[in-house]
Amino acid sequence: MRTTEAAAIQPGLIREVAFELNRRAAIAIPRDVEGSISALAQRETQKLAKFVLLEIVNNYKIAVDDQRPMCADTGLPRFYAKVGNDARVEGGFVALERAVREGTAEATRKIPLRPNRVHPLTRKDYNNNVGIHAPTVDYSWEPGADWMDLTCFQKGGLFGGDYRMLFPGDGIPGIKRFYLDVISEFFKRGLSCQPAIVGVGIGGTKDVCVRLAKEAACLRVVGDRNPDPQVAKLEEELHGLGKKTSLGPMGFKGEGAVLDVHIEVAYTHTGGMPVSIHHQCFALRRATARIHADGNVDYRENPLWFTGYYRRETVS
Amino acid sequence: MTPGGTSDLPMDEHHLTTPVGPEDLGRLKIGDIVFLTGLVFTGRNGLYRKLFEEKAAPPADIPSLTNVTFHCSPAVGEKAPGVWEVAAVTATASFRFEKHVPMLMDQYGVRLVIGKGGMSPEVYEKHFKRLGAVFLNTVGYGIGARYGRGVKGVRSVHWLEELGIAQAMWVLEVEGFGPFLVECDSQGRSLYGLALGETNEELKPLYEGLPLPSLRRLGEVHNPEDEVF
Repeated sequence: MRTTEAAAIQPGLIREVAFELNRRAAIAIPRDVEGSISALAQRETQKLAKFVLLEIVNNYKIAVDDQRPMCADTGLPRFYAKVGNDARVEGGFVALERAVREGTAEATRKIPLRPNRVHPLTRKDYNNNVGIHAPTVDYSWEPGADWMDLTCFQKGGLFGGDYRMLFPGDGIPGIKRFYLDVISEFFKRGLSCQPAIVGVGIGGTKDVCVRLAKEAACLRVVGDRNPDPQVAKLEEELHGLGKKTSLGPMGFKGEGAVLDVHIEVAYTHTGGMPVSIHHQCFALRRATARIHADGNVDYRENPLWFTGYYRRETVS
Repeated sequence: MTPGGTSDLPMDEHHLTTPVGPEDLGRLKIGDIVFLTGLVFTGRNGLYRKLFEEKAAPPADIPSLTNVTFHCSPAVGEKAPGVWEVAAVTATASFRFEKHVPMLMDQYGVRLVIGKGGMSPEVYEKHFKRLGAVFLNTVGYGIGARYGRGVKGVRSVHWLEELGIAQAMWVLEVEGFGPFLVECDSQGRSLYGLALGETNEELKPLYEGLPLPSLRRLGEVHNPEDEVF
């Protein structure tokens, strides 16, 4: 346990980091995604699917070589902050949120990002990706730490998500059917912009279920398995089932374009088994930084969002 | 030629200049790869709302510029006041514009539409075939950096103030802009028409033994061979 109070993280630094995370996320594909799509491109034997996969891999390289966004739909930039229980921010969390908004507006202008955020009814666009309830900042906490992890995710999002209230009687077959239905809906014609990482939320309340599916798709790296062996086994089963659909990139025939399946569970009502599914496209834009109390910043690709404490794996 | 399956498509490559004439359009076959040089204008719901619902006068003489439209908006930076530099472009899903694209073709002479996901067989049959027009799909779909490289400049931007960067009409100067895949040729044949048949065949057996959910939703599709639009 720390006995002295940690130094405070400065809002000016958070603003710089928010800008830099937006820049890194927009341009450089994380290596876990690049590696798995390159491997898929090598294995693919169908002509059209292989052509598309090779273009996708080539595009990742062009984005880095030219330092331009990998996809013009730079999504809706949003943030995940994992804050050490002993961390302090100068000016408090209101200062953090202001810094994140400023960093996002600046990134939109300078990188540039496409200003996608509009009022839902009037469609007014202030050309800066900032607005009502936006960008969202989601928080989680970490015991025994004085740093703060900040993850920026630029989330596309018209297609590839769904929610279904299943019941215990629907069981695993019900989950599998729903999983196939969402692939049938959104992999055809490539609406999900697959190859995709599929996130599945099982349980919780409706809002928690949907949140978990999105976080599972966006904040866990390819190859990561849920620590619960039963959940990990279902992840592998669904991954195998996805590959068999033969809905490849753009919906052309090929190996089913599921890069990985990540499942998160939450305790739920005794009568129900809500399930949410989320497809994250191949233009996966995320970047993370650990901001230390002393002002040092370490950038990395893996958000490490799902910690034992975050999942509340133990009761205490 | 009616190919057997997508694996039989020759995927021939074409380099075309805009406006793209009827002979060039007629040569394009489904699954062919196309690169464009010339001018392309962007349009999505903001532009269509202005032109076809508010019936505003067009901000530029479209037929004199090009006959190629692109369902997209760019990630674009203003380097100096009024000087725009396109970093990346990627298409947005085209099925949402089925009402307005035929109007764009009939009233403004558009014959080449670039987008995402293609459009319905009915629109191809009724309009593309009638006009000898062609639909090109972007590849991926998210390969915006590659397309961004093909944009050499911004000729003009219209209704920027009212519609914002993401919905404004951008007239882009392009060179070797591509690759795009021919989705609907001038005879109304569709690459997705062919591809969906192939994948539906593989999809069906995976559903064996998986029951319908106990709670149905009104309007929900339960036949995996159906499409969502």
